[in-house]
Amino acid sequence: MSVIRLEYRRVSMHFMQGGNGRLTAVQDVSVAVGDGEVVSLIGPSGCGKSTLLNIGSGLTAPSEGDAFVDGERVQGPNAHVAFMLQKDLLLPWRTIAENVAFGVEIQGVAAPERKRRAQALLENLNLAEFAGHYPHQLSGGMRQRVALARTLAVDPTVLLLDEPFSAVDAQTRMVLQRELAQTLKRSGKTALLITHDLQEAVTLSDRVLVMSKRPGRIIDEIAIDIPDRDDPLKRRQHPKVNDIVNRLMERLDIGAPDDAVQGRA
Amino acid sequence: MRQGAAASVALLIAFLAAWEWGPGLLGIPSFIVPPLSMVADEAVRMWHVSGLAFHTGITAIEVLAGFVIGSLLGAFIGYLLGMSPVAEIALSPYILALQIAPKVAFAPLFIMWMGFTVYPKILVAILIVFFPVMINVLTAVRTVDPDLVNLARAFKASRAQIFWKIEFPASLPPLFAGLRIGSTLAVVGVVVGELVGGNLGLGYLLSFGEGQANTPMVFVAIVMLTVVGAIAYLLVILIERRVLHYLPKRIQTGF
Repeated sequence: MSVIRLEYRRVSMHFMQGGNGRLTAVQDVSVAVGDGEVVSLIGPSGCGKSTLLNIGSGLTAPSEGDAFVDGERVQGPNAHVAFMLQKDLLLPWRTIAENVAFGVEIQGVAAPERKRRAQALLENLNLAEFAGHYPHQLSGGMRQRVALARTLAVDPTVLLLDEPFSAVDAQTRMVLQRELAQTLKRSGKTALLITHDLQEAVTLSDRVLVMSKRPGRIIDEIAIDIPDRDDPLKRRQHPKVNDIVNRLMERLDIGAPDDAVQGRA
Repeated sequence: MRQGAAASVALLIAFLAAWEWGPGLLGIPSFIVPPLSMVADEAVRMWHVSGLAFHTGITAIEVLAGFVIGSLLGAFIGYLLGMSPVAEIALSPYILALQIAPKVAFAPLFIMWMGFTVYPKILVAILIVFFPVMINVLTAVRTVDPDLVNLARAFKASRAQIFWKIEFPASLPPLFAGLRIGSTLAVVGVVVGELVGGNLGLGYLLSFGEGQANTPMVFVAIVMLTVVGAIAYLLVILIERRVLHYLPKRIQTGF
């Protein structure tokens, strides 16, 4: 494996619950994601997937173990990582271009450079004509693309994506998935993708990690050796995809009678 | 839209006509409900003799001063408490008590303290405007989407940046909702203060008219108070439209 960009080393996370109850969300998780690699994380609701993301972005400190980004121990938010959630989190009082520039503005990049970066990203994502619009004027899919542009604007080495497309309709999702795949390929970014969509996990990633029910542990790891990682639509057609999805379903006990009802995270 | 506006104008005409001819048709004496023309004549008389413009101006200035100071204080304390849970827990019982206390009941006290000047009226207005503004700001700061704050934090935003780039702009719509309420309450506060004592303002003309059993004069004072309140309210809406221009149109209402 090439340089490791994102690493969790024996990370555990406990939460105190009322009284003296202790809830273990994540237990002893070790993951290493190499340069330019896209790894998906799947698992039942509440298995601590999002906790891992928060630890990686430096928003929460793990109870045990360490996270590393670009070889540096994560000790709080840092410029190497950027995250994107299911919610687009666009600020309604900012134009699309100003939203894209939000991160770099906080980081103190000068105004002309911010504008230039926002414009370039919007052009890449076919949103240039909406630069002066406000978020409420855009569709859900477009807003999510703006969120992706904002994430890329700070030029992070690692992208943490938490179900980024689960709130958009199925057709838009496929378009966005392809855009993300191409963007990741073009920029050579490393990404950790949390998703409930098994097909999304398989078509977008180099590797899929399966987490157990709480306390969340990594119980399986599947390398996706299918070509065309930058074209999920093409990858979908590949005969191997179904086999892998079936194996993932098995690992997640989907279809088992006692687990028929799966909530959402 | 056009239909609504036309119906609104028609209603106004119908109302004014009912005011002018209704009392006569129903046999209501003019010292109970004076017809529109009588009230209009009285307004002209008051303009020349009773200093209607002067008293209206006094009331307007009191409303403006009370509203601006009360809003600024309310917003300031609202942001302060919103960002400091400790301060909120410490102060909330007292703020609640002060909120439950009927603010206008303080009017006589303030007049005892400050005499028959404009200041006790302004003080009542400040007190009454303070709460809706403070509560709205406090709630708004508390209910800012934590994911938005986390987003800013992930970009390494400082506390000041989180406030100015997330919390403050996010609180503006509720702040303006509070200002709208405050602008109408300011008139209430001022007029109660003027009714209680002094010889200034529309509230004074109101109680003077009452003492003289001059019903048209009372009507004129009520109409002018409504005009002052309406102007204050409209000013808030005008500013709100400029500041919150980014909101989708359907969220903005005509009122």
